[in-house]
Amino acid sequence: MDFLQQFGFLVYYLSQGLGVTLGVTAIALTTGLFFGTILGLMRVYGGPVLSRFAALYSLVIRGIPVIVVLFILFFVIAAFVNLSPFLAGALSLGIASSAYQSEIIRGAIMSVPPGQMMAARAIGMSRLKAILYVILPQAFRLAIPPWSNEAAIVLKDSSLVYVLGVPEILRRAQYVSARTHEPFIAYAAAALLYFALTFLTNRVLDAAERRFRLLM
Amino acid sequence: MSKLPIVRIENLHKKYGDTEVLKGISLEVQEQEVVVIIGPSGTGKSTMLRCINLLTIPDEGRIWLEDQEITAPHTDVNKIRQRIGMVFQDFNLFNHLTALGNVTIGLTKVLGMNKKEAHEKGMWELERVGLADKADLYPAQLSGGQKQRVAIARALGMDPHVMLFDEPTSALDPELIGEVLTVMQKLAREGMTMLVVTHEMGFAREVSDRIIFMEHGVIVEQGPPDQLFYAPKHNRTREFLWKITELYGKDRDNAAPASG
Repeated sequence: MDFLQQFGFLVYYLSQGLGVTLGVTAIALTTGLFFGTILGLMRVYGGPVLSRFAALYSLVIRGIPVIVVLFILFFVIAAFVNLSPFLAGALSLGIASSAYQSEIIRGAIMSVPPGQMMAARAIGMSRLKAILYVILPQAFRLAIPPWSNEAAIVLKDSSLVYVLGVPEILRRAQYVSARTHEPFIAYAAAALLYFALTFLTNRVLDAAERRFRLLM
Repeated sequence: MSKLPIVRIENLHKKYGDTEVLKGISLEVQEQEVVVIIGPSGTGKSTMLRCINLLTIPDEGRIWLEDQEITAPHTDVNKIRQRIGMVFQDFNLFNHLTALGNVTIGLTKVLGMNKKEAHEKGMWELERVGLADKADLYPAQLSGGQKQRVAIARALGMDPHVMLFDEPTSALDPELIGEVLTVMQKLAREGMTMLVVTHEMGFAREVSDRIIFMEHGVIVEQGPPDQLFYAPKHNRTREFLWKITELYGKDRDNAAPASG
Protein backbone atom coordinates (compact mmCIF):
# COMPACT_ATOMS: atom_id res chain seq x y z
CA MET A 1 0.00 0.00 0.00
CA ASP A 2 2.79 2.26 0.97
CA PHE A 3 4.59 1.45 -2.25
CA LEU A 4 1.53 2.11 -4.39
CA GLN A 5 0.91 5.40 -2.68
CA GLN A 6 4.50 6.39 -3.18
CA PHE A 7 4.38 5.34 -6.82
CA GLY A 8 1.14 7.21 -7.35
CA PHE A 9 2.62 10.36 -5.88
CA LEU A 10 5.66 9.90 -8.08
CA VAL A 11 3.57 9.64 -11.23
CA TYR A 12 1.70 12.74 -10.15
CA TYR A 13 4.95 14.62 -9.61
CA LEU A 14 6.31 13.55 -13.00
CA SER A 15 3.07 14.39 -14.75
CA GLN A 16 3.70 18.01 -13.86
CA GLY A 17 6.35 17.73 -16.57
CA LEU A 18 3.71 16.43 -18.94
CA GLY A 19 2.83 19.89 -20.18
CA VAL A 20 6.47 20.59 -20.93
CA THR A 21 6.86 17.29 -22.79
CA LEU A 22 3.71 17.90 -24.79
CA GLY A 23 4.75 21.49 -25.45
CA VAL A 24 8.19 20.49 -26.72
CA THR A 25 6.63 17.75 -28.85
CA ALA A 26 3.96 20.02 -30.33
CA ILE A 27 6.43 22.80 -31.18
CA ALA A 28 8.94 20.33 -32.61
CA LEU A 29 6.34 18.55 -34.73
CA THR A 30 4.85 21.79 -36.05
CA THR A 31 8.23 23.29 -36.85
CA GLY A 32 9.27 20.02 -38.44
CA LEU A 33 6.10 19.82 -40.50
CA PHE A 34 6.46 23.41 -41.68
CA PHE A 35 10.06 23.07 -42.81
CA GLY A 36 9.58 19.45 -43.83
CA THR A 37 6.78 20.47 -46.20
CA ILE A 38 8.85 23.25 -47.73
CA LEU A 39 11.84 20.92 -48.10
CA GLY A 40 9.64 18.15 -49.49
CA LEU A 41 8.21 20.54 -52.07
CA MET A 42 11.72 21.67 -52.95
CA ARG A 43 12.70 18.05 -53.49
CA VAL A 44 9.91 17.42 -55.96
CA TYR A 45 9.31 20.78 -57.63
CA GLY A 46 12.41 22.81 -56.77
CA GLY A 47 14.49 22.31 -59.88
CA PRO A 48 18.09 21.13 -59.75
CA VAL A 49 19.48 23.64 -57.24
CA LEU A 50 16.77 23.68 -54.59
CA SER A 51 16.09 19.97 -54.75
CA ARG A 52 19.77 19.19 -54.34
CA PHE A 53 19.98 21.54 -51.38
CA ALA A 54 16.98 19.87 -49.73
CA ALA A 55 18.40 16.40 -50.38
CA LEU A 56 21.73 17.37 -48.88
CA TYR A 57 20.06 18.91 -45.83
CA SER A 58 18.08 15.75 -45.27
CA LEU A 59 21.11 13.53 -45.78
CA VAL A 60 23.27 15.46 -43.30
CA ILE A 61 20.66 15.86 -40.55
CA ARG A 62 19.54 12.25 -40.79
CA GLY A 63 23.15 11.15 -40.58
CA ILE A 64 23.68 12.76 -37.18
CA PRO A 65 22.24 11.56 -33.87
CA VAL A 66 19.39 13.81 -32.79
CA ILE A 67 21.12 14.62 -29.52
CA VAL A 68 24.17 15.92 -31.38
CA VAL A 69 21.92 18.08 -33.60
CA LEU A 70 20.29 19.29 -30.42
CA PHE A 71 23.57 20.35 -28.80
CA ILE A 72 24.88 22.04 -31.94
CA LEU A 73 21.69 23.93 -32.67
CA PHE A 74 21.17 24.84 -29.04
CA PHE A 75 24.52 26.56 -28.86
CA VAL A 76 24.17 28.08 -32.34
CA ILE A 77 20.73 29.45 -31.49
CA ALA A 78 21.94 30.63 -28.09
CA ALA A 79 24.77 32.58 -29.75
CA PHE A 80 22.33 34.67 -31.78
CA VAL A 81 19.10 34.97 -29.85
CA ASN A 82 18.25 34.72 -26.22
CA LEU A 83 15.77 31.87 -26.14
CA SER A 84 14.74 29.80 -23.16
CA PRO A 85 16.13 26.26 -23.13
CA PHE A 86 12.54 25.10 -23.60
CA LEU A 87 12.06 26.98 -26.88
CA ALA A 88 15.57 26.43 -28.15
CA GLY A 89 15.32 22.72 -27.41
CA ALA A 90 11.91 22.39 -29.03
CA LEU A 91 13.00 24.29 -32.15
CA SER A 92 16.18 22.21 -32.44
CA LEU A 93 14.18 19.01 -32.24
CA GLY A 94 11.86 20.45 -34.88
CA ILE A 95 14.74 21.14 -37.22
CA ALA A 96 16.03 17.62 -36.75
CA SER A 97 12.54 16.27 -37.38
CA SER A 98 12.09 18.44 -40.49
CA ALA A 99 14.65 16.27 -42.30
CA TYR A 100 12.66 13.11 -41.57
CA GLN A 101 9.37 14.83 -42.31
CA SER A 102 10.70 16.16 -45.62
CA GLU A 103 11.22 12.54 -46.70
CA ILE A 104 7.66 11.69 -45.64
CA ILE A 105 6.17 14.63 -47.52
CA ARG A 106 8.30 14.00 -50.58
CA GLY A 107 7.17 10.38 -50.71
CA ALA A 108 3.56 11.42 -50.26
CA ILE A 109 3.73 14.03 -53.02
CA MET A 110 5.24 11.48 -55.36
CA SER A 111 2.44 9.03 -54.66
CA VAL A 112 -0.16 11.52 -55.86
CA PRO A 113 -0.80 10.35 -59.44
CA PRO A 114 0.79 12.65 -62.07
CA GLY A 115 -2.56 13.05 -63.82
CA GLN A 116 -3.74 15.17 -60.88
CA MET A 117 -1.26 17.92 -61.67
CA MET A 118 -2.07 17.68 -65.36
CA ALA A 119 -5.82 17.96 -64.75
CA ALA A 120 -5.31 20.92 -62.42
CA ARG A 121 -3.19 22.72 -65.00
CA ALA A 122 -5.73 21.89 -67.71
CA ILE A 123 -8.45 23.90 -65.94
CA GLY A 124 -6.13 26.88 -65.82
CA MET A 125 -4.55 26.56 -62.38
CA SER A 126 -1.04 27.89 -62.02
CA ARG A 127 1.55 25.43 -60.71
CA LEU A 128 1.36 27.01 -57.28
CA LYS A 129 -2.42 26.79 -57.12
CA ALA A 130 -2.31 23.20 -58.31
CA ILE A 131 0.16 22.36 -55.55
CA LEU A 132 -1.86 24.18 -52.88
CA TYR A 133 -5.33 23.01 -53.79
CA VAL A 134 -4.82 19.64 -55.47
CA ILE A 135 -1.45 18.07 -54.68
CA LEU A 136 -0.83 18.98 -51.03
CA PRO A 137 -4.32 18.19 -49.72
CA GLN A 138 -3.92 14.70 -51.12
CA ALA A 139 -0.27 14.35 -50.10
CA PHE A 140 -1.03 15.28 -46.48
CA ARG A 141 -3.65 12.59 -46.27
CA LEU A 142 -1.33 10.00 -47.75
CA ALA A 143 1.33 11.13 -45.27
CA ILE A 144 -0.70 10.46 -42.12
CA PRO A 145 0.46 6.85 -41.48
CA PRO A 146 4.22 7.54 -41.80
CA TRP A 147 3.73 10.88 -40.05
CA SER A 148 2.14 9.30 -36.98
CA ASN A 149 5.23 7.11 -36.73
CA GLU A 150 7.38 10.23 -36.79
CA ALA A 151 5.12 11.89 -34.20
CA ALA A 152 5.72 8.98 -31.81
CA ILE A 153 9.48 9.25 -32.40
CA VAL A 154 9.51 13.01 -31.73
CA LEU A 155 7.39 12.51 -28.62
CA LYS A 156 9.99 10.11 -27.27
CA ASP A 157 12.90 12.23 -28.50
CA SER A 158 11.45 15.17 -26.57
CA SER A 159 13.01 13.49 -23.55
CA LEU A 160 16.39 14.52 -24.99
CA VAL A 161 15.83 18.15 -24.06
CA TYR A 162 16.43 17.11 -20.46
CA VAL A 163 20.13 17.56 -21.26
CA LEU A 164 19.40 21.28 -21.61
CA GLY A 165 17.81 21.34 -18.17
CA VAL A 166 14.24 21.60 -19.38
CA PRO A 167 12.02 20.20 -16.59
CA GLU A 168 10.06 17.69 -18.61
CA ILE A 169 9.16 14.16 -17.54
CA LEU A 170 12.60 12.59 -17.75
CA ARG A 171 14.29 15.50 -16.00
CA ARG A 172 11.85 15.21 -13.14
CA ALA A 173 12.42 11.48 -12.93
CA GLN A 174 16.08 12.22 -12.61
CA TYR A 175 15.43 14.60 -9.69
CA VAL A 176 13.41 11.94 -7.94
CA SER A 177 16.00 9.28 -8.55
CA ALA A 178 18.73 11.49 -7.12
CA ARG A 179 16.70 12.27 -4.03
CA THR A 180 15.26 8.83 -3.27
CA HIS A 181 18.12 6.64 -4.58
CA GLU A 182 15.49 4.46 -6.21
CA PRO A 183 16.26 4.89 -9.89
CA PHE A 184 14.19 1.92 -11.01
CA ILE A 185 10.97 3.24 -9.56
CA ALA A 186 11.59 6.79 -10.78
CA TYR A 187 12.37 5.78 -14.34
CA ALA A 188 9.66 3.12 -14.44
CA ALA A 189 7.13 5.84 -13.62
CA ALA A 190 8.58 7.98 -16.43
CA ALA A 191 8.42 5.02 -18.81
CA LEU A 192 4.79 4.48 -17.92
CA LEU A 193 3.95 8.09 -18.71
CA TYR A 194 5.80 8.03 -22.02
CA PHE A 195 4.13 4.81 -23.01
CA ALA A 196 0.68 6.19 -22.20
CA LEU A 197 1.39 9.33 -24.23
CA THR A 198 2.71 7.46 -27.24
CA PHE A 199 -0.18 5.05 -27.12
CA LEU A 200 -2.71 7.87 -27.01
CA THR A 201 -1.00 9.80 -29.79
CA ASN A 202 -1.05 6.77 -32.03
CA ARG A 203 -4.71 6.19 -31.28
CA VAL A 204 -5.64 9.75 -32.14
CA LEU A 205 -3.65 9.67 -35.38
CA ASP A 206 -5.12 6.30 -36.35
CA ALA A 207 -8.55 7.83 -35.99
CA ALA A 208 -7.44 10.80 -38.09
CA GLU A 209 -6.15 8.46 -40.74
CA ARG A 210 -9.46 6.61 -40.92
CA ARG A 211 -11.35 9.89 -41.03
CA PHE A 212 -9.25 11.41 -43.81
CA ARG A 213 -8.32 8.30 -45.75
CA LEU A 214 -7.98 9.07 -49.43
CA LEU A 215 -9.75 6.61 -51.67
CA MET A 216 -8.29 6.38 -55.13
CA MET B 1 -17.99 35.65 -95.08
CA SER B 2 -15.16 33.56 -93.75
CA LYS B 3 -15.15 33.27 -89.99
CA LEU B 4 -12.07 33.06 -87.86
CA PRO B 5 -11.31 29.42 -86.99
CA ILE B 6 -11.40 28.59 -83.26
CA VAL B 7 -8.20 26.58 -83.52
CA ARG B 8 -5.59 26.95 -86.21
CA ILE B 9 -2.47 24.82 -86.23
CA GLU B 10 0.38 25.46 -88.59
CA ASN B 11 3.22 23.05 -89.27
CA LEU B 12 3.36 21.50 -85.80
CA HIS B 13 6.43 19.46 -84.89
CA LYS B 14 7.23 17.55 -81.70
CA LYS B 15 10.08 15.23 -80.86
CA TYR B 16 10.60 13.02 -77.80
CA GLY B 17 14.30 12.26 -77.81
CA ASP B 18 15.00 10.85 -81.24
CA THR B 19 11.41 9.96 -81.99
CA GLU B 20 9.57 12.51 -84.05
CA VAL B 21 5.95 12.22 -82.93
CA LEU B 22 4.50 15.08 -84.93
CA LYS B 23 5.97 15.82 -88.35
CA GLY B 24 4.27 18.95 -89.52
CA ILE B 25 0.57 18.99 -88.68
CA SER B 26 -1.62 21.77 -90.04
CA LEU B 27 -5.25 22.00 -89.16
CA GLU B 28 -8.13 24.41 -88.79
CA VAL B 29 -11.21 23.86 -86.67
CA GLN B 30 -14.26 26.07 -87.14
CA GLU B 31 -16.70 27.13 -84.50
CA GLN B 32 -19.25 24.43 -83.61
CA GLU B 33 -17.35 21.86 -85.60
CA VAL B 34 -16.92 18.34 -84.24
CA VAL B 35 -13.67 16.85 -85.44
CA VAL B 36 -12.77 13.25 -84.71
CA ILE B 37 -9.15 12.19 -84.93
CA ILE B 38 -8.45 8.54 -85.55
CA GLY B 39 -5.35 6.52 -86.26
CA PRO B 40 -3.16 3.76 -84.87
CA SER B 41 -1.75 4.26 -81.37
CA GLY B 42 1.55 6.06 -81.10
CA THR B 43 0.90 8.28 -84.09
CA GLY B 44 0.79 11.54 -82.16
CA LYS B 45 -2.97 12.09 -81.83
CA SER B 46 -2.82 12.71 -78.09
CA THR B 47 0.36 14.73 -78.41
CA MET B 48 -1.32 16.99 -80.92
CA LEU B 49 -4.28 17.47 -78.59
CA ARG B 50 -1.99 18.28 -75.70
CA CYS B 51 -0.14 20.84 -77.80
CA ILE B 52 -3.39 22.74 -78.29
CA ASN B 53 -3.65 23.57 -74.59
CA LEU B 54 0.12 23.64 -74.14
CA LEU B 55 0.26 20.70 -71.75
CA THR B 56 2.90 19.67 -74.27
CA ILE B 57 5.08 22.41 -75.68
CA PRO B 58 5.60 21.99 -79.43
CA ASP B 59 9.14 22.14 -80.82
CA GLU B 60 8.14 23.96 -83.94
CA GLY B 61 5.03 25.40 -85.53
CA ARG B 62 2.37 27.85 -84.43
CA ILE B 63 -1.05 27.48 -82.87
CA TRP B 64 -3.82 30.07 -82.71
CA LEU B 65 -6.78 30.01 -80.40
CA GLU B 66 -9.32 32.33 -81.95
CA ASP B 67 -7.37 35.53 -82.64
CA GLN B 68 -4.52 34.82 -80.24
CA GLU B 69 -1.34 33.01 -81.12
CA ILE B 70 -0.79 30.80 -78.07
CA THR B 71 2.64 29.65 -79.15
CA ALA B 72 3.89 33.24 -79.09
CA PRO B 73 6.35 33.98 -76.28
CA HIS B 74 4.97 35.36 -72.99
CA THR B 75 1.44 34.13 -73.45
CA ASP B 76 -0.36 33.44 -70.18
CA VAL B 77 -0.93 29.68 -70.44
CA ASN B 78 -3.28 29.67 -67.45
CA LYS B 79 -5.59 32.14 -69.17
CA ILE B 80 -5.48 30.18 -72.42
CA ARG B 81 -6.28 26.88 -70.74
CA GLN B 82 -9.42 28.38 -69.21
CA ARG B 83 -10.81 28.67 -72.74
CA ILE B 84 -9.98 25.05 -73.57
CA GLY B 85 -11.67 22.16 -71.83
CA MET B 86 -9.77 18.88 -71.65
CA VAL B 87 -11.06 15.42 -70.89
CA PHE B 88 -8.52 12.69 -70.25
CA GLN B 89 -8.56 8.98 -70.91
CA ASP B 90 -8.16 8.13 -67.22
CA PHE B 91 -10.47 10.89 -65.93
CA ASN B 92 -7.98 12.42 -63.50
CA LEU B 93 -10.70 13.54 -61.13
CA PHE B 94 -9.35 15.14 -57.96
CA ASN B 95 -9.51 12.26 -55.50
CA HIS B 96 -9.92 14.37 -52.38
CA LEU B 97 -12.97 16.25 -53.65
CA THR B 98 -16.59 15.24 -54.20
CA ALA B 99 -18.10 15.28 -57.67
CA LEU B 100 -19.37 18.79 -56.97
CA GLY B 101 -16.03 19.84 -55.48
CA ASN B 102 -14.30 18.69 -58.64
CA VAL B 103 -16.43 21.06 -60.69
CA THR B 104 -16.35 24.01 -58.29
CA ILE B 105 -12.63 24.08 -57.46
CA GLY B 106 -11.80 25.66 -60.81
CA LEU B 107 -14.65 28.12 -60.42
CA THR B 108 -13.52 29.33 -56.99
CA LYS B 109 -9.75 29.03 -57.27
CA VAL B 110 -9.27 29.96 -60.93
CA LEU B 111 -12.24 32.14 -61.84
CA GLY B 112 -12.60 33.63 -58.37
CA MET B 113 -16.33 32.94 -58.02
CA ASN B 114 -17.80 33.01 -54.55
CA LYS B 115 -18.92 29.75 -52.93
CA LYS B 116 -22.62 30.23 -53.58
CA GLU B 117 -22.24 31.08 -57.27
CA ALA B 118 -19.81 28.22 -57.72
CA HIS B 119 -22.19 25.81 -56.01
CA GLU B 120 -25.05 26.78 -58.30
CA LYS B 121 -22.95 26.63 -61.43
CA GLY B 122 -21.40 23.34 -60.31
CA MET B 123 -24.81 21.77 -59.74
CA TRP B 124 -25.96 23.03 -63.10
CA GLU B 125 -22.99 21.44 -64.87
CA LEU B 126 -23.56 18.14 -63.04
CA GLU B 127 -27.19 18.34 -64.12
CA ARG B 128 -26.00 18.73 -67.71
CA VAL B 129 -24.16 15.41 -67.53
CA GLY B 130 -27.01 13.81 -65.59
CA LEU B 131 -25.21 13.44 -62.27
CA ALA B 132 -26.77 16.04 -59.98
CA ASP B 133 -27.80 13.23 -57.62
CA LYS B 134 -24.16 12.15 -57.25
CA ALA B 135 -22.87 15.58 -56.28
CA ASP B 136 -21.71 14.53 -52.80
CA LEU B 137 -19.98 11.31 -53.81
CA TYR B 138 -16.21 10.99 -54.08
CA PRO B 139 -14.55 9.74 -57.26
CA ALA B 140 -13.83 6.38 -55.63
CA GLN B 141 -17.58 5.93 -55.16
CA LEU B 142 -18.42 6.51 -58.82
CA SER B 143 -18.35 4.14 -61.78
CA GLY B 144 -15.92 4.82 -64.61
CA GLY B 145 -18.63 6.27 -66.81
CA GLN B 146 -19.82 8.55 -64.02
CA LYS B 147 -16.25 9.67 -63.33
CA GLN B 148 -15.79 10.62 -66.95
CA ARG B 149 -19.07 12.54 -66.97
CA VAL B 150 -17.96 14.45 -63.86
CA ALA B 151 -14.68 15.18 -65.65
CA ILE B 152 -16.68 16.56 -68.57
CA ALA B 153 -18.73 18.70 -66.16
CA ARG B 154 -15.51 19.95 -64.58
CA ALA B 155 -14.22 21.04 -67.97
CA LEU B 156 -17.57 22.59 -68.95
CA GLY B 157 -17.66 24.60 -65.74
CA MET B 158 -14.94 26.86 -67.06
CA ASP B 159 -17.14 27.76 -70.05
CA PRO B 160 -14.56 26.65 -72.59
CA HIS B 161 -14.72 27.76 -76.21
CA VAL B 162 -13.48 24.39 -77.39
CA MET B 163 -13.33 20.94 -75.79
CA LEU B 164 -10.55 18.40 -76.29
CA PHE B 165 -11.31 14.73 -75.64
CA ASP B 166 -8.30 12.43 -75.37
CA GLU B 167 -9.66 8.90 -75.84
CA PRO B 168 -12.46 9.57 -73.35
CA THR B 169 -13.90 6.06 -73.44
CA SER B 170 -10.77 3.93 -73.80
CA ALA B 171 -10.47 3.19 -70.07
CA LEU B 172 -14.14 2.28 -69.66
CA ASP B 173 -15.87 -1.06 -69.44
CA PRO B 174 -17.88 -1.57 -72.63
CA GLU B 175 -21.25 -1.18 -70.91
CA LEU B 176 -20.26 2.24 -69.55
CA ILE B 177 -19.13 3.75 -72.84
CA GLY B 178 -22.62 4.61 -74.05
CA GLU B 179 -23.44 7.06 -71.24
CA VAL B 180 -20.28 9.07 -71.92
CA LEU B 181 -20.86 9.13 -75.67
CA THR B 182 -24.44 10.25 -75.08
CA VAL B 183 -23.21 13.24 -73.08
CA MET B 184 -20.68 14.07 -75.77
CA GLN B 185 -23.31 13.83 -78.45
CA LYS B 186 -25.56 16.16 -76.49
CA LEU B 187 -22.69 18.64 -76.24
CA ALA B 188 -22.15 18.46 -79.96
CA ARG B 189 -25.82 19.16 -80.59
CA GLU B 190 -25.63 22.17 -78.29
CA GLY B 191 -23.00 23.56 -80.62
CA MET B 192 -19.81 22.89 -78.64
CA THR B 193 -16.65 22.88 -80.73
CA MET B 194 -14.98 19.54 -80.11
CA LEU B 195 -11.80 17.73 -81.03
CA VAL B 196 -12.09 14.07 -80.14
CA VAL B 197 -9.42 11.40 -80.30
CA THR B 198 -11.30 8.12 -80.21
CA HIS B 199 -11.68 4.64 -81.57
CA GLU B 200 -15.47 4.83 -81.33
CA MET B 201 -16.36 4.62 -84.99
CA GLY B 202 -20.08 4.84 -84.33
CA PHE B 203 -19.59 8.19 -82.65
CA ALA B 204 -17.25 9.32 -85.41
CA ARG B 205 -19.70 8.43 -88.12
CA GLU B 206 -22.83 9.83 -86.52
CA VAL B 207 -21.66 12.87 -84.60
CA SER B 208 -18.59 14.25 -86.30
CA ASP B 209 -18.49 16.81 -89.08
CA ARG B 210 -15.05 15.75 -90.11
CA ILE B 211 -12.75 12.82 -89.51
CA ILE B 212 -9.00 13.14 -89.56
CA PHE B 213 -6.90 10.04 -90.09
CA MET B 214 -3.43 10.41 -88.63
CA GLU B 215 -0.50 8.08 -88.95
CA HIS B 216 3.21 8.40 -88.19
CA GLY B 217 2.87 12.00 -87.11
CA VAL B 218 1.14 13.33 -90.21
CA ILE B 219 -2.45 13.78 -91.34
CA VAL B 220 -2.96 11.15 -94.01
CA GLU B 221 -6.48 12.03 -94.96
CA GLN B 222 -9.42 14.06 -93.76
CA GLY B 223 -12.97 14.66 -94.80
CA PRO B 224 -16.62 14.19 -93.88
CA PRO B 225 -17.39 10.80 -92.27
CA ASP B 226 -19.19 9.46 -95.33
CA GLN B 227 -16.20 10.12 -97.50
CA LEU B 228 -13.74 8.46 -95.15
CA PHE B 229 -15.91 5.48 -94.43
CA TYR B 230 -17.21 4.81 -97.92
CA ALA B 231 -14.77 6.41 -100.33
CA PRO B 232 -11.37 6.86 -98.69
CA LYS B 233 -8.67 8.19 -101.00
CA HIS B 234 -5.84 6.33 -99.34
CA ASN B 235 -5.37 2.64 -98.92
CA ARG B 236 -4.05 3.09 -95.38
CA THR B 237 -7.26 4.83 -94.35
CA ARG B 238 -9.33 2.00 -95.75
CA GLU B 239 -7.17 -0.62 -94.07
CA PHE B 240 -7.27 1.12 -90.72
CA LEU B 241 -11.02 1.67 -90.78
CA TRP B 242 -11.60 -1.89 -91.83
CA LYS B 243 -9.41 -3.19 -89.03
CA ILE B 244 -10.91 -1.04 -86.34
CA THR B 245 -14.48 -1.78 -87.37
CA GLU B 246 -13.62 -5.46 -87.32
CA LEU B 247 -12.06 -5.10 -83.89
CA TYR B 248 -14.82 -3.11 -82.26
CA GLY B 249 -17.64 -4.85 -84.05
CA LYS B 250 -20.66 -3.65 -85.97
CA ASP B 251 -23.07 -3.93 -83.06
CA ARG B 252 -21.24 -1.39 -80.95
CA ASP B 253 -21.15 0.95 -83.93
CA ASN B 254 -24.86 1.05 -84.04
CA ALA B 255 -25.47 0.88 -80.32
CA ALA B 256 -22.98 3.41 -79.05
CA PRO B 257 -24.51 6.87 -79.39
CA ALA B 258 -28.24 7.04 -79.12
CA SER B 259 -29.50 8.20 -82.49
CA GLY B 260 -29.62 11.94 -82.55
